[in-house]
Amino acid sequence: MKIRVLVSYKESVLDPQGQTVRNSLLTLGYEFIRNLRQGKVFELDIDDLPREQVNRLIPEIAGKVLANPIIEQFEWEILDEKGETRP
Amino acid sequence: MKCGVVIFPGSNCDFDTHHVLKNVYGRDTVFLWHKDHSLHNCDLVILPGGFSYGDYLRSGAIARFSPLMQELQEFADRGGMVLGICNGFQVLLELGLLPGAMLRNKNLKFLCRHVHLSLENTATPFTNRGEKGRILHIPIAHFDGNYYTDPATLIQLKQNNRIVFRYCDTDGKITDESNVNGSMENIAGLINKDGNVLGMMPHPERASEAILGSEDGRVVFDSVFHYLKTGSLQ
Repeated sequence: MKIRVLVSYKESVLDPQGQTVRNSLLTLGYEFIRNLRQGKVFELDIDDLPREQVNRLIPEIAGKVLANPIIEQFEWEILDEKGETRP
Repeated sequence: MKCGVVIFPGSNCDFDTHHVLKNVYGRDTVFLWHKDHSLHNCDLVILPGGFSYGDYLRSGAIARFSPLMQELQEFADRGGMVLGICNGFQVLLELGLLPGAMLRNKNLKFLCRHVHLSLENTATPFTNRGEKGRILHIPIAHFDGNYYTDPATLIQLKQNNRIVFRYCDTDGKITDESNVNGSMENIAGLINKDGNVLGMMPHPERASEAILGSEDGRVVFDSVFHYLKTGSLQ
């Protein structure tokens, strides 16, 4: 089973790296970009567990290790065999 | 009185810190390997600067799970003296022994230079030998030193005098220009509620011998040794 966890800074936290990337894109003429926030992606290959266990364990490890809840937030999703988001 | 300096893979101020404690102060000092399960009866444990685990994930985030950190947590809970310098401060934040987190420096630069610090609170085991308002000249060397915490915690830190060091200008004024890394309230060092755990981004071990240009870092070591010897903040 494949899981993707996305970690990003909370809205209340400044993201100077994201701002710098946006500024570079503006310099290249991509002026339609209003805001850009940078984050991290974690792709996990895990045992086939019952769904309720996955629902409990993934937020647990994301909140405890992958993200620092003081400055970061996370989202997660289950991927299919091709690595695409499972509906 | 025994001092311990923790070594994580990637620590690089461990020998400097050990040198100051052992050779400058003449204290019984040992290295503590992060995979051990004993603090070897140390009275003062220092988490040194460096790049534990290559700063993977977040600075200090992996070191927090080292076996020795469980003993450190218990030691701190019992009132044991813990000093985290630079990366050591970041580990203390990730461990939850101090509140808040570090963001990348606001100008996205690795900052390696001497800065001026205002000594804000001298009623702590780590600063009792200093005078309030004294300006310290101590180097920093970090990428992630931009201190952040939620507004409620920040109010508590201020109300309880837990902000020990703040970045200031040469006259001791707390200004935006002197806030080198963008930290909230110019915070450079914090203490826990009970006063036995201090985290600071500047490196006192790099400012403890005249030949290195400043001895201002000695106030931290003088104070903690005084406190350990007398049990007094006076």
